[in-house]
Amino acid sequence: MSQAEQKKLDLLITGVGGQGAILASDIIGKAAVTAGIPIRAAETHGMAQRGGSVVNHIRVGNDYGSMIPKKGADLLLALEPMEAVRYLDFLKDGGVVIVNTQPIIPVTVTSGLTKYPEVPDILEFLSEKYIVKAFNADELAYEAGSRLAMNVVMVGAVSGYLPIPKEIILESVKALVPQKTIEVNLRAFEAGRQKVEES
Amino acid sequence: MTMREYMLGNVAIARGLLEGGVQVVAGYPGTPSSEIIDTLAARKDPDYHIEWSVNEKVAMEVAVGAAWASVRSVVTMKHVGLNVAADPFMTLAYAGTKGGLIAIVADDPSCHSSQNEQDTRRYAQFALVPCFDPSTPQEAKNMLPYAFEFSEKFEVPVIFRPTTRISHGKSDIELGEIPVEKTAPNFEKLLDRWVMLPKNARPRHTHLLSIQQSIEDALAESPWNSLELKPDAKFGVIGAGIASVYAKEALVELGLEVSYLKIGTYPVPRKLILELLETVDTVLVFEELEPIVEEQVKMIAQEAGLEVSVLGKTNGFVPREGELDVSAFLEALKKTFDLETEAETSGTALELAPRPPALCAGCSHRATFYSMKKVFGKDAIYPSDIGCYTLGIQNGTVETTLCMGSSISVASGLYHAGEKRPICCSIGDSTFFHSGMNSLLNAIVNKANITVTILDNRITAMTGHQPNPGVGYTATGEPTVQVSLEELCKAMGAEFVSVVDPYRLEETQEAFKAAKEFEGVAVVITRQPCVISGKRAGIRRAPYLVDPEKCEGCKQCVKFGCPAIEFNEKDKCAVITSLCSGCGVCAQVCKFDAILEVKR
Repeated sequence: MSQAEQKKLDLLITGVGGQGAILASDIIGKAAVTAGIPIRAAETHGMAQRGGSVVNHIRVGNDYGSMIPKKGADLLLALEPMEAVRYLDFLKDGGVVIVNTQPIIPVTVTSGLTKYPEVPDILEFLSEKYIVKAFNADELAYEAGSRLAMNVVMVGAVSGYLPIPKEIILESVKALVPQKTIEVNLRAFEAGRQKVEES
Repeated sequence: MTMREYMLGNVAIARGLLEGGVQVVAGYPGTPSSEIIDTLAARKDPDYHIEWSVNEKVAMEVAVGAAWASVRSVVTMKHVGLNVAADPFMTLAYAGTKGGLIAIVADDPSCHSSQNEQDTRRYAQFALVPCFDPSTPQEAKNMLPYAFEFSEKFEVPVIFRPTTRISHGKSDIELGEIPVEKTAPNFEKLLDRWVMLPKNARPRHTHLLSIQQSIEDALAESPWNSLELKPDAKFGVIGAGIASVYAKEALVELGLEVSYLKIGTYPVPRKLILELLETVDTVLVFEELEPIVEEQVKMIAQEAGLEVSVLGKTNGFVPREGELDVSAFLEALKKTFDLETEAETSGTALELAPRPPALCAGCSHRATFYSMKKVFGKDAIYPSDIGCYTLGIQNGTVETTLCMGSSISVASGLYHAGEKRPICCSIGDSTFFHSGMNSLLNAIVNKANITVTILDNRITAMTGHQPNPGVGYTATGEPTVQVSLEELCKAMGAEFVSVVDPYRLEETQEAFKAAKEFEGVAVVITRQPCVISGKRAGIRRAPYLVDPEKCEGCKQCVKFGCPAIEFNEKDKCAVITSLCSGCGVCAQVCKFDAILEVKR
């Protein structure tokens, strides 16, 4: 495998509008540029953002389009458990799913139209075909100092898989989160990274 | 060392405009185009004029004025915006320009945030103007200075057409220089060009037709088209705009030895197409939306008497609707070579709950719709319009959405058709200023009997909170005249105008009752700032909670549909989550006084 090949990685980030999926992808994108690796990303904007399901494509080491082909993603980073399942078409067989187990119940469920699947069922379903790393990132963020840092916990969790040195990703975190929250976010990053390293 | 930055496609486009020396920028917000002006308006001490215009037609005309004064101008909009601006645009093609004029019109394949999938390249064909179709954000940025020069060279406006995946894609971008020199404005009184009387229009039409060949030849030589002929390859691929990179990725991935033509400009480069057609016997055309290149390729092949089979959207190899990607190209290849397509993997065994976008917790539109439905009831007819409030379809108060400003005119038509049911339409403040004003004037003068609700959330919310004439500041945040909606409606002849706070349900419902009784056009303005922009402006309200002792588990508050209200099935009790923004409407909905403000 050439060096360029080694630096190629297709990552899908899924979640719910408002969870900070765009910031998570920006942290990785900015870090890739600093590391001198080409990067493409596609985001959900506009109508779909209002609490709807969101999906970001991130292609590290890629010179083409920003959209990951079906069954092309190496990794899926799901900020919400049900949203891990919704975009599985994009993930390679045997790919890695890193999933935050804290559900966000959509209005279609609270209003009684449909049911939210049980989280253990979701995880079992994912485990059939994929390598699953599941933990409650909201709680880790809370322990780090703020639930709002959940997206950075997840960036920490995926960081070990990225072809980008950890220090560069940390610089990117510092540059992109609000100044006052840097300490909390650095703790959140480490908590997420450790969680995946342990498992 | 070259500068590289990670940026959004629209930010790269804004950068390209700066590198091209833009001096006047106008536009109307519309996904996926809005961030271009947002980016340029946020720059410190801009040395260009920048504005959010009231609609796309107006924006186009502002850009035209600037271009006629010999400076470089740009107008931005989404694809459907060009329908609004088509009137000036079609004739501008005849008159032409002095300063470069770029109409940036962003297409939205797959309707991510739009009401249709029209292809702006058709307008370029229709108007006989050049069109640039970028394949990546980097190319988009690089194309813009070129497009300005091109527009000036031929003295014609040009269209620049990004798609959603360019505008909302992100990429590392290599930056260029921003010129310091600015052109001094100079309006030359060329009346035979700027006054489109029939006697001037006829020769200008002839002129426009006469330069088409030179335009095509110049574009064929541009860096935005490229042909790679593989010796002995009998199969060729033509990719246009963003679709060209999807095709390229698949070809490289598969290691296929095929000839490949990348197209980035229109009129299409006939020379390059001919060169390809002369060497292959089959060509697959891959382009977003309409089969425009494909049609041209077929015509060129026929004219040249070449027996080449042209595959694409017109014969089922590539889908004509929705957006394309690498997988769509692979499917087209499989069809071309009669390879077996993989059986669709059986759908997930797990039943997922849909998660459509919803109005925010505390959004005043939900409160307005609640009161509207209470007063007008299930039988009434509810025409609506384009904005966040279109999501009110979930509240049963959005029953038509056609285009910007149409709610009031469609309501009039329903009434004049003889509908006896009450008609209550809804339109946002920005959409009202955009083109709803005309519809209201028309409804009043032509004696419709309808209720018009202006959902005045003091901002253009859906597209990312741009100012409108009701807010009192410009695109750059500079204070300006604040236009009063109620005075405007009265001036247009409205005899019933009521302004209410939608967070107060009783007051709002009283106003709707009076409006329903009123014979003629009744206007109800429901005024409450958008919760997102309100929070940014410092509005803080204490959140609410459910007193479990008092909650009877009737779910009335849950049915209200606020994302901050959940139901605990175990305790049979409603719960208000941390999403609560403190609007207090659910407390008024609750019949048991079980919802209380959190005391600080």
